[in-house]
Amino acid sequence: MLRQTPSQTIGPFFGFGLVPAQYGFAGAAIGSGTMVTDQVAGQRIRITGQVFDGAGMVVPDALIEVWQADAAGRYGGPAQEPQAGSPDAAFTGFGRVGTGAKPDARFVFETIKPGSVDALQAPHLHVTLFMRGLLRHVCTRIYFSDEREANLRDPVLRAVPHDRRDTLIAWRDETSAFQTYSFDIHMQGERETVFFDV
Amino acid sequence: MPTRKLIASSHPPYRHRDYVSTRLRAPEQPLLRVPQFFPDRAGPPIGSTMLAPVDADLTKNGRCNGEPVGERIIVAGRIVDQKGRPLPRALVEIWQANAAGRYTQPTDQHDAPLDPNFLGAGRCESDASGRYSFRTIKPGAYPWQNHPNAWRPNHIHLSLFGSGCGSRLVTQLYFPGDPLLTLDPIFNSVPAGARDLLVAQFDLDRTEPGIALAYRFDIVLRGPRATPREA
Ligand SMILES: [Fe+2]
Repeated sequence: MLRQTPSQTIGPFFGFGLVPAQYGFAGAAIGSGTMVTDQVAGQRIRITGQVFDGAGMVVPDALIEVWQADAAGRYGGPAQEPQAGSPDAAFTGFGRVGTGAKPDARFVFETIKPGSVDALQAPHLHVTLFMRGLLRHVCTRIYFSDEREANLRDPVLRAVPHDRRDTLIAWRDETSAFQTYSFDIHMQGERETVFFDV
Repeated sequence: MPTRKLIASSHPPYRHRDYVSTRLRAPEQPLLRVPQFFPDRAGPPIGSTMLAPVDADLTKNGRCNGEPVGERIIVAGRIVDQKGRPLPRALVEIWQANAAGRYTQPTDQHDAPLDPNFLGAGRCESDASGRYSFRTIKPGAYPWQNHPNAWRPNHIHLSLFGSGCGSRLVTQLYFPGDPLLTLDPIFNSVPAGARDLLVAQFDLDRTEPGIALAYRFDIVLRGPRATPREA
């Protein structure tokens, strides 16, 4: 077995390279916070939040990538395992946002509510998080507060200690006309988000 | 029953005392291991359709009214998994400072000149045998705030998507013989025996005579994690 190339921090200055349009640079990015187009099927939702360090300060130099199934629970991608039907061709399921693009370091994903990928798992998004000061990326999941029944059955949520499960739930904002969820990420402390060994 | 040879992780820990920013950002709880967390399926469908050849030539993709300043170099290598199998169609994105050690990113306040003809970002995809190649300008060293008189060694940042979610990698490439390497807390966060994996090798065979020197940087990404049945 060859040794893996070691990870290093993404550093503070990735914006112009990885998410150029968000930072005012020309050039297409492979992903953005706007994951939907008119052609995509499914319930439109918005997921927004901030990343906090161990001192409770908002992190303005993180990169967040999400990866999710389409409204019917199918993952896109050329090499996916065969599933019933084919994935929504208009929807890649991939999003990427740098937190330095907005003054309050808020991230926003405009996407669709993912379907359940199998009989057991509740609707969720995969999250990969990078930042200055993080020598290896961390991985977590976003579940939805209005999927209580499905969340109770989900094998990943069930493997998480009871008192930490809430760190993986995006909370529906009942005051918003548009279907909006808030999901903050805490790197340390009492509310430290559950990160997975993947 | 054959036992799998255990190899020590080559990755840095989350918390590295000498890299000050890790103190408030490294997770404190152990990572939670959940079997089948990621099914062994491909990662995001990153479209190669959007890639143009000039994206891999940083000496050309940021030109405004002339050539970028600095030493032209080729950075090339192979991307393989831990069994040495080539990874075709892996997306490689790079970003870096210019020859003076300044990033295009406006938040970089280092008092060194910007180069109007150098953006410092590019991307390409590995070919059928896992090979990738960039042409760029050798980046300069730059100071940072970690400790008094701290300087980052010359480096290029890389982001890679391999064949699945588990193979995602963000790292940095360094140059051989750089006197700043042994002083750099980020480089030194890697276990001692694995640091040389981040140092590119001078590659005379790949130089373009009269145009550019070349450095070889091979990359090993994690393969799909064995399922419990295989273990
Ligand atoms: Fe850097």
